Amino acid sequence: MIRLHSKNNGVLGGLLHRHPFIAKLTDNPGLPKALRPRQALLVSDHEAPITEGFGLVLVAHDNGTPAVDNAVRLAPELRYLKGHDVIKFSPDTLKIDVLYRKEANAHSFLVTERCNSFCIMCSQPPRDTDDRYLVGDMLAALPLLHPDTREIGITGGEPTLWGEDFIRLVQASKNHLPNTGLHILSNGRNFKDVSLAVRLANVGHPDLMVGIPLYADYSQLHDFIVQADDAFDDTIRGILNLKRCRVPVEIRIVIHQQNYRRLPKLAEFITRNLLFVDHVALMGLEVMGFAKSNLKSLWIDPYDFRDELRVAVQTLADAKLRVSIYNTPLCVIPEPVRRYAVRSISDWKNDYLEACGCCSAKRQCGGFFSSNLGTASGHIKPFPAGFVP
Amino acid sequence: MPVLGKKFRPPEAFDQAINGYYQLLPSRFVRLDGKRYLLSNDVGEFLVVGRGQLADYIQKKVPKGSDFYHDLKSKCFLVDGDSNVALDLLALKYRTKARRISQFTALHIFVVSLRCDYTCRYCQVSRQTDDKHAFDMSEATADKALGLVFKSPSPTIKIEFQGGEPLLNFSLIRYIVANATAENIRHKKNLQFVITTNLSLLTDEMLSFCSSHGIFLSTSLDGPEQLHNANRPRPGMDGHKLTVEGIKKAQTALGRDKIGALMTTTEKSLPAARAIIDAYLENGLDSIFLRPLSPYGFAVKTRQAYKYDVDRWFEFYKEGLDYILEINRQGHRFVELYTELVVNKLLSPFSTGYVDLQSPSGAGISAIVYNYDGDVYASDEARMLAEMGDKAFRLGNVHDDGYEDIMLSDTLLDMLESTLSESIPMCTDCGFLPYCGTDPVYHHATQGDMVGNKALSGFCGKNMKIFRHVVLLLEDDPEARETLLGWVRP
Repeated sequence: MIRLHSKNNGVLGGLLHRHPFIAKLTDNPGLPKALRPRQALLVSDHEAPITEGFGLVLVAHDNGTPAVDNAVRLAPELRYLKGHDVIKFSPDTLKIDVLYRKEANAHSFLVTERCNSFCIMCSQPPRDTDDRYLVGDMLAALPLLHPDTREIGITGGEPTLWGEDFIRLVQASKNHLPNTGLHILSNGRNFKDVSLAVRLANVGHPDLMVGIPLYADYSQLHDFIVQADDAFDDTIRGILNLKRCRVPVEIRIVIHQQNYRRLPKLAEFITRNLLFVDHVALMGLEVMGFAKSNLKSLWIDPYDFRDELRVAVQTLADAKLRVSIYNTPLCVIPEPVRRYAVRSISDWKNDYLEACGCCSAKRQCGGFFSSNLGTASGHIKPFPAGFVP
Repeated sequence: MPVLGKKFRPPEAFDQAINGYYQLLPSRFVRLDGKRYLLSNDVGEFLVVGRGQLADYIQKKVPKGSDFYHDLKSKCFLVDGDSNVALDLLALKYRTKARRISQFTALHIFVVSLRCDYTCRYCQVSRQTDDKHAFDMSEATADKALGLVFKSPSPTIKIEFQGGEPLLNFSLIRYIVANATAENIRHKKNLQFVITTNLSLLTDEMLSFCSSHGIFLSTSLDGPEQLHNANRPRPGMDGHKLTVEGIKKAQTALGRDKIGALMTTTEKSLPAARAIIDAYLENGLDSIFLRPLSPYGFAVKTRQAYKYDVDRWFEFYKEGLDYILEINRQGHRFVELYTELVVNKLLSPFSTGYVDLQSPSGAGISAIVYNYDGDVYASDEARMLAEMGDKAFRLGNVHDDGYEDIMLSDTLLDMLESTLSESIPMCTDCGFLPYCGTDPVYHHATQGDMVGNKALSGFCGKNMKIFRHVVLLLEDDPEARETLLGWVRP
């Protein structure tokens, strides 16, 4: 697991910042002077030269103190940072938030912690707080991201709660990163208002996908899982409106004890009613947040829903829908549908069990959420040498 | 009962349906066997239910929270106070099913010659004559017909050359293909050509023309040599040999997917289902269409069509399908095309373009026929009937009538109005309605009435039997189900 936030940083020189400072990292001390004030120089060892004029100097070693302004000793757990990464430095707390790692396999911006649902397995429990600054952070970070970034994500909370600011984020993503895909995680409910779907479509983002969770094939169960009345109807209408506006939609199904039994029926429901969606992801549970506190009611060993998973995936695939299985180790996925498994877990929270050490399929396997290592399936079994899954 | 933290409400807190009250959405049912019923809705979703379940559903007694309740709800058979999005979904699915109607005529059949080198006993239309001009389509007629073809709003246009034996007038086929292709540069339709031929006159030159224009061939293979030649006599009795050679040549020159074959069931075919299917396998064909004989043309004159009844034909179909499922179980994909249509009707949200299985009938609006003499008919069966002297389904003539005259003719409009299954006695209450259709020409020919009494209808009898059989296969035979699911083309 990689730490993305730390306050464990130390002031070395005169700190001139009064406000949070969002900057791209560079390891080039010879950068033209005119560019330096808006970048952070990353100093990896004590022999590296340090030049004047950078907005921030991040000293990633413990030898000596450079005599420049805005120098900060970088927390040891953040010393993996590299040039082109983007951070936010808060001068009052000395906190550094890593907003973007160029090397990461996923780049997500959490733009609010507020939500209009309250899912019983939410890994990011909602908080009713004024966090508009998160919108500003993303707007500030977008121009700093490397143009080759394959895809970025907007997540929450429920990003559409920002209304016009949500549209602004999508517009800014398109403007600054025209060649980068944008994946939005939303519960889809606000798109029941077709005008929001129209506004999103009108941005004309060339590579957009809205990932929307659907947990059951009938309202009572879905509404219970997301703890919101009318959520099923709102979400379905939202999906219809988005597709009416030709916005690509992905359906995301988190599988747990409360909904695994009807998974094949949900798959059938999708093929019959929502055949025009662009992707369906069947996802293992991330044991974080509410999923952790409600674990007793949620946990089911993936081995115990393997039949439901197989039938659901086959139903969707037979209907020529693009299907993926996320967050589930290869060895507990039934063989006929194993080829739909994807390495889906963000690298910073991706881990493997000790038993996986000798597995011949480890490189193809998505492994575990770091938070799930304690609740792994009882049927994890390394593939023998020479096995090709 | 889930054990959740205090911040969470239990499942029953999210059921806004008061006292388990629900409203029925439009649906129909039909008996499948002694115990079970098919319950279907207007968009073709279905459940197989017991008699008690059916009664509970209709009397609004299905226990809330039961699997059956949720199945009914998930498939849009009911709405309750908790959710009404089923109405939006039904509307969407109805539009999807009906979409083909708005696209209008896709299949355009050109009868380029009535002449034929065969003397089939069951043939519906052909003529033996040396007088080329009496029964061949002229270029002037073809020009007028092509003008009508491109008036169709359909994004896909399939031109099928029929006969008689169309290869006897191959120069006209060349002429039509060239002109249609040129005309299509402007229209940008998905344009396809098919020649329905017995292959006996197929030359290498014709094949290379077909190859360069991506033309499909459809032929007739009635089974093994003896049966084929008995059904389809050709002077010299070499029909089977020529057909089989033609199939091989076409497979080589055009590709295996470019040639298909159809069979017609005669009394002699009835005991030979397996042998017929084996003949298809031996000739490298991947599908067969088990077709009963239609009551038109020489089939009526020679009383061929009355020699067996629907029950006997169904036994033949069932034996054939059983054998085909066995072939699939043995690891070879082989499709019975009518069953494939039915399975798609049952399991896919889309409609199929099959003229006889849609409401209103696809006659004229899915398929249309331009006869050699310029007469326009609503279907292939309609022109067969005309050759017997009954021109009830003649929509006009390409030389005298414009597109609007033909498509808005009383003949066609009356026919469409009489083929809306939803308003036809007996069909209107039938659980198979969303999968079925009606054939006005058949009922006119057999009962003197386009609608007909369905209790006496061979069309109804045949389709009811097939639907029952296919639904019960899906329900009771997991291996058959797997094969049939593989035939669904979403």
